[in-house]
Amino acid sequence: MSRVIHYFKSLLLIELFQGMVLTMRYMFKPKYTMRYPMEHIPKSNRFRGLHALRRYANGEERCIACKLCEAVCPALAITIDSAPRPSDGQRRTTRYDIDLFKCIYCGFCEESCPVDSIVETSIHEYHFEHRGENVVTKAKLLAIGDRFEQDIAAARAQDAAYR
Amino acid sequence: MGAQLFNQLLLPILYILCIAVPVIIAVAMFVYWERKVIGWMHVRMGPNKIGPLGLLQAFADVAKLLFKEVILPTSANKFLYYLAPLLALVPAFAAWAVIPFGDKLVLANVNAGLLYLLAMTSLGVYGIILAGWASNSRYALLGAMRSAAQVISYELAMGLCLVCVLVLAGSLNLTDIVHAQAGGKGFFSWFWLPLLPVFVIYFISGVAETNRAPFDVAEGESEIVAGFHVEYSGSAFAIFFLAEYANMILVSFLASVLFLGGWLSPLQGWIHADAPGWINWIWTGGFIWLFIKAFVFAFMFLWFRASFPRYRYDQIMRLGWKVFIPIAIVWVLVAGCMKYYGVVSIGTGG
Repeated sequence: MSRVIHYFKSLLLIELFQGMVLTMRYMFKPKYTMRYPMEHIPKSNRFRGLHALRRYANGEERCIACKLCEAVCPALAITIDSAPRPSDGQRRTTRYDIDLFKCIYCGFCEESCPVDSIVETSIHEYHFEHRGENVVTKAKLLAIGDRFEQDIAAARAQDAAYR
Repeated sequence: MGAQLFNQLLLPILYILCIAVPVIIAVAMFVYWERKVIGWMHVRMGPNKIGPLGLLQAFADVAKLLFKEVILPTSANKFLYYLAPLLALVPAFAAWAVIPFGDKLVLANVNAGLLYLLAMTSLGVYGIILAGWASNSRYALLGAMRSAAQVISYELAMGLCLVCVLVLAGSLNLTDIVHAQAGGKGFFSWFWLPLLPVFVIYFISGVAETNRAPFDVAEGESEIVAGFHVEYSGSAFAIFFLAEYANMILVSFLASVLFLGGWLSPLQGWIHADAPGWINWIWTGGFIWLFIKAFVFAFMFLWFRASFPRYRYDQIMRLGWKVFIPIAIVWVLVAGCMKYYGVVSIGTGG
């Protein structure tokens, strides 16, 4: 009996019509497409994008060359050299390079930093035009930090209660 | 002499261009519409960057294809390789000659129109076979074999469906076939009602005949890459593409002409001719109705493609030979009885 029912079901194309009704219903659903350059998906304040080095309000760089970030970095993307600063003898980095090709954006450097100097900003749209630009130097990191300090501080303030 | 030249040579060429150019533009818009509809059914947007709403997408694709190199595969048969796309294209366009867009709007009102259509749609398979054979590639040959076997099998079922129409209409002339569907019962006078199973079979065979999903084993991306046109590139590929889509639109028009009363209005006989001019023209029939019907069928092609997975090859053959052909044969007899005992009223227009 079930074979007979199945025979007539397939002969009358019932299941095919059901399938077509389904696709027709999907045709009028709101689309999931995000038209990317014009539209953006909301980003978390904990988003881990391009790195930056921050400064204090008086303009002094935060980094004290403790090298915790270099030690914790699982991808060995950070290279730090340090020496006493000639002007006042404070211990500062002379070189702070992050190789973005090695970096896995885990955020451990940010977590390990005792002075909140190295941070990962929410910038995710960036590119390199020449070989070697993947290694971001100290000057560039500080420049990024200076430029986006407001955003960085706002994101940190938003997250402060949970840390 | 000048008038004769104009009447016998230039005027027909003008008429042909009046059909061929809109068909080409319709193909371009149909490709765009296909990508849009399938996109929507996949819950995405489809092309929307080039031109307003992406309307120029198809033209951009054509321009890209035309500027690409046509690569001739090693040890391919050069003559046949270049001939094949034309053999696929010519029947797809030539068949349009007998499609009646309106009462007098037909390029060639030949008496054996239906026969001519069968001949033309069958000729298209030579282009496919030659393309597969001439490009000297295993994938292409396999695709061509599959496609040829499938087209020939479904040609039979399709032919039998046309026989049913022929039996009811009593004419091979497409204009007469449409006239035979005129009547006072609106869209119930059309042939889809007495020939319902055959109507369904005809359209499904048409889908199979144009190698469209779910019958597109000839393309079978996962097994044979793209089938018979795997070795074609540039404008040669564009011609195959054009032929395939022109065939789809042709099948849509044919289904409308043969089973849905061509240019006749679905309200024929219900609204009477005392209405003012253009309303009268629309509600009593005009080519606009043919276009609407054909558009619905063309949409069905896309709907099928978005809905159904591909048939297995033996299932296709089973469906064609063991389901469609027997039903169509039975319905030829049923149609004969309906005609003989006067169950169906045939219009008097022709």
